[in-house]
Order: sequence, then C-alpha cells, then structure tokens
Amino acid sequence: MEHLILIQEIVAIVLMFGGVFFMLVGSIGINRLPDFYCRAHAAGKVDTLGIMMFLGGMVVHEGFTMTSAKLLLIIAFVAVTSPVASHALARRAILSGLKIWQRKEPLK
Amino acid sequence: MEINMENFFLSMAFLVGIILLIPFYRVYRGPTLFDRLLGVAAVGSKTITIVLLFGLIYDRLDMFIDISLGYAILNFVGVIAMTKYFKKSASDY
Repeated sequence: MEHLILIQEIVAIVLMFGGVFFMLVGSIGINRLPDFYCRAHAAGKVDTLGIMMFLGGMVVHEGFTMTSAKLLLIIAFVAVTSPVASHALARRAILSGLKIWQRKEPLK
Repeated sequence: MEINMENFFLSMAFLVGIILLIPFYRVYRGPTLFDRLLGVAAVGSKTITIVLLFGLIYDRLDMFIDISLGYAILNFVGVIAMTKYFKKSASDY
C-alpha cells in the first residue's frame, strides 16, 4: 500500500513538472515569436496543454474524491475555452485587417 | 521513503509565479492591442493554477476550487467581450 501511495505521488510530481515546463515554453513563445498570429498559436495550444497537465497532476494527488471530480470539470472547461478565446482574438485581428508576418528574404 | 509534498507545492507556486511574470513583458510592449489582450489571457489562465496551488498549500482545496472556476469563467468571458468590443480597423490601435 505504501508503494502505491509513493507511485501516486511520483506520477503527480512528474505531471506537475511537465505542466510547468509547457507553461514556460508557452510564455517564452508569447514573447519570442514574430507576430500576433504566431503568438496566438503559442498561447492557444501550448499553454492549454501545460495547464491541463498541471491540473491532471493535482487530480492524481487528490485521489478518488469529490474535489478531483471538480478538478476534472475545470480541466474540461479550460480545454474548451482557452483555444476558443485565442481563436476569437485571432479572428477579430484578421477581420480588422492586421497584416500576417512574412519572412523578409526567402529561405536558402 | 517520504516525499514532503507541502514544500513541493510551495516551490511549484514560486515557479508558476515567476512564469506568470513573463507574458507581462508582451502586455507592456506589444505593438498591437491584440498582443496585449493575448498576454492578459495567458496571465489569467496561469492564475487558475496558482489559486489551486494556494488551496493545496492551505489544505482547503474544496473552497479554492470554486474561486478558480470563477477566475476561469471571468477570463474567458472577458476575452470574448473584448473581441466583441474592439471592432475598428487594426491601424487605429
């Protein structure tokens, strides 16, 4: 039984570190990528994956309780709404005429 | 072998707090308004995880979960309302 609890905590820790890694990658992408649409790509997908992995680690840590059911509800909510929000932002940007970035000189 | 989960959650909260500061640079600098909105949305989505971490540290996750759900809904509705609100052309921003 003790081994089972140890395995549970290790899985939770690995999931949380994965979530922090993807959140860091998404934040750096928001700063580094060249134009708004690329940044929306970084914020819409990588960040969502990071948050979902982090909350998944919390679910594993909590075990089989009512709280973890609510956490699963939050995971489902974030998985639906975060890409929808960045899609709406990108759609509004392209409707209002924001230019799409293009490479200055072609690739060699 | 014993893992001290409380210290782990505290260090995770520090890490997420540092990561949360990175998109603020885009909010400050962003050439267009949409960049700033995107940065604010990214900060808001990280706030959800940091509120849940506070719940784990204080050992009252059942209360903090409702707060974080409220944060998630407010973040989403805020971004959607902003996209409905700004309908001028992009050169005006």
